[in-house]
Amino acid sequence: MTYDKSVEVFPTTVWSAGAGCHGACGQKLYVKDGKLIKIEGDENASWNQGRSCPRALALTQYVYHPDRITTPLKRVGKRGEGKFEPISWDQAFDTCEEKLKSIRDEFGAESVVFAQGTGRDVGGPISFLCYNYGSPNWVQLGLSGQSCYTPRLGGMKATLGDFCVMDAGQFSALRYDDPDYQVPKVIIVWGQNPPPTCSDGFFGHWVVDCMKRGSKIISIDPRNTWMSTRAEYHLQIRPGTDGALALGMLNVIINEGLYDKEFVDKWTYGFDRLKERVQQYPTHKVAEITWIPEHLIIEAARLYARNSPAAIHWGVPIDMNPEGTTVAQAISHLWCITGNVDNPGGNVIARPSHGVTTYPYSTEELVGLYGQDLVDKLNKARIGCDTYPMVKGFRGWAQPDMVIDQIDSGTPYPIKGAWIQTANILGGQAARAKFHYQALKKLDFVVVVDLFHNPTSMALADIVLPAATFAEKDSFRSWWVPLGVMHKTIQVGDCKSDWEINIEMANRLNPDCKYNNIKELINDRLSVADITFDELVNQGSQAMPPEGHSSRPYYRYEKGLLRHDGKPGFTTETGRIELYSKAFESWDVDPLPFYREPAQGPVNTPELYEKYPLIMITGARSHMFFHSEHRMIPWLREKNPEPYVEVHPDTAKEYGVYDGEWIYLENDMGKVKRKVRISLRVHPQMIHTLHSWWKPELKGSEPDLFGVWDYQINQIIPGPQDSSSGFGGGQYKTTLCKLSRINE
Amino acid sequence: MAKMGLFINYDYCTGCQSCAVACQQEHDFPAGKCGITVTEYVYPAEKKPVAVDFLPFPNELCDLCIRRHQMGEDPACVKHCQAACMMFGPLEQLVKEMEKTPRSALFSPR
Repeated sequence: MTYDKSVEVFPTTVWSAGAGCHGACGQKLYVKDGKLIKIEGDENASWNQGRSCPRALALTQYVYHPDRITTPLKRVGKRGEGKFEPISWDQAFDTCEEKLKSIRDEFGAESVVFAQGTGRDVGGPISFLCYNYGSPNWVQLGLSGQSCYTPRLGGMKATLGDFCVMDAGQFSALRYDDPDYQVPKVIIVWGQNPPPTCSDGFFGHWVVDCMKRGSKIISIDPRNTWMSTRAEYHLQIRPGTDGALALGMLNVIINEGLYDKEFVDKWTYGFDRLKERVQQYPTHKVAEITWIPEHLIIEAARLYARNSPAAIHWGVPIDMNPEGTTVAQAISHLWCITGNVDNPGGNVIARPSHGVTTYPYSTEELVGLYGQDLVDKLNKARIGCDTYPMVKGFRGWAQPDMVIDQIDSGTPYPIKGAWIQTANILGGQAARAKFHYQALKKLDFVVVVDLFHNPTSMALADIVLPAATFAEKDSFRSWWVPLGVMHKTIQVGDCKSDWEINIEMANRLNPDCKYNNIKELINDRLSVADITFDELVNQGSQAMPPEGHSSRPYYRYEKGLLRHDGKPGFTTETGRIELYSKAFESWDVDPLPFYREPAQGPVNTPELYEKYPLIMITGARSHMFFHSEHRMIPWLREKNPEPYVEVHPDTAKEYGVYDGEWIYLENDMGKVKRKVRISLRVHPQMIHTLHSWWKPELKGSEPDLFGVWDYQINQIIPGPQDSSSGFGGGQYKTTLCKLSRINE
Repeated sequence: MAKMGLFINYDYCTGCQSCAVACQQEHDFPAGKCGITVTEYVYPAEKKPVAVDFLPFPNELCDLCIRRHQMGEDPACVKHCQAACMMFGPLEQLVKEMEKTPRSALFSPR
């Protein structure tokens, strides 16, 4: 609302920097004299229906923060000294062009890595630049085992040939009121406390909406959360054992005959072999592995299987299990054998809205954008391809743990440069964070594209390019639904969007680059949807896929809407849901799900467990922050001023620590400072602490780097990934540690 | 005008703090000043080992967004509440909501 006639109101879609998230909520930007004065949730946007998270609501403090980088910078002192000078965009682009071309000429395009953080409006532009440059090494650098959604995507792709999400009515603008929609009777919330999240194209509070409409919850979470304390069943699982639990639940559902026999007969492949495999996981054994009482496993499995529709909503801990891809496969089997596939209120197949590609999610999309020849060529040189067939066959990511090892060792070929775009690797996702720091220091040329200085830009950057928030750019989003556009309403300094920066660079590095500007690119990509950027802006920035489109549920496998040949069935080799996965077979991964113990823990490393008896869970989401961002935003930081660790009262007593005390979390890799929060939220044998902490108010130059070596928890998270497919198994939730007092 | 208030179905409050930041933006309050603060309660409960609850408290700075009300809009906190667990209205009416809603609270900040 506005009190002032001179204020213009622009509805737009939200994705990435600003709010920071994966979401697609609609927000209204209030602009006066070219300045953003306020933001409000857009009640016409079906995603959020007028609601808003605190990060979006703090947008004015973000956009106009005095620490924003608003002009390109070049480093003038030594690396890490923190001395930068403003330069023009022409100078910045010229330098990047010259350096990147010289590396390509001398060492080959593969010697530059293109590093992004999580799945935001950077995956599209950075892969675009990477492919136009000719490098195969597009990577979520630091993210051990690519343990964020990629393992889940891989597990689903290998099973159904597609990806699935819980149906909260998000594919229809009418949402819960759509007559075709049904609320899930039961929702398994697996490894997530949804309210603080907007992850994987899913607004966390949709689960809350469903609860109000009658959905019962089964919460699988080692912690007590808002969600778990409102659940019918709370399975307080030992971190890293989700694979065993899934197999135990499959065991119950199969052996008790609770699966959907007609669906299994008609639409799946390999059921008998799955049945045989799950016999290895009787519930008493699973109870011992997971620390969950046996009767709760059985009762939860029954509640899920006996109610239809039922849905599973899951979080990043799935990926961080050992063999994360396989764990995802096992969990997806639960919805597959109960027939909760593409049905209202079940797990529906999710494809990019209207078939538009923004951020290529699959190999097929990469081929669609860049052609089979280039994709084939790059697949051969990608780091990790020779070791992990899945890295070659799925998604186009280089294997992050192997990338940093190769940057360090220089073999089999040297890495000379890095283009790091809106990814605070050192303050954020990098397990073995110190090792990443030391290895990345060896590079000849590093570009950092970001909105604020952070430990990564300070420690590494030769050139810093200022990026824009969602309010400052034209862009587009098609991650499931809706098809949305971001609409540039303000300009801050000389900032440019990630797309603008990368299209300019791509043209300089590839004379055959297909697009000259962002509008051309967006309109070309939108052409399959038969809509233009301007049309989307004029209709309030969002659209839902029409009825009968392959990106809109329901029951597409019956209607022949999934396969290229138009036949009913799924996009797998057999045309069926492959409970015995032919894709995994071709990638040298066990075609059937199995369980493996976490690398560290009471079972695998009893001696280490004696020395470090606490299982450290990191990375639960905060309402206030998106990963390593937002620590400089006053309205947000004041509500979560310090990095805390949750410690059970009994554990606190045992270690003699008090509430509010600063202590170390310690293991053989080092120690990290945390403030104790004594809380019944955690199990006595576990602690939980927030991730990605650094303090923008501290000194940025080395050695301080904004306090990152005091607070970055990933310094004591080991690597490489604990997964034989190359995907999954970052040890962010299963590392052992102890508490130690700072003064002793 | 009838006396107005805020009804909060706190069983559904997820502690997201949208109300607080919405309030700060609406009133142009700096950090440290806010018309509604959210407190977390983690405690051993009767039917389950642990309960986790949140309660927003509209304090002395809360003016019930009177300016928004005059324009026919809900207060900023109510509008943005992600769990949609807040209501603004005449106290008389909100009392009736309270009667049918266990674990709820009613505030009359002014």
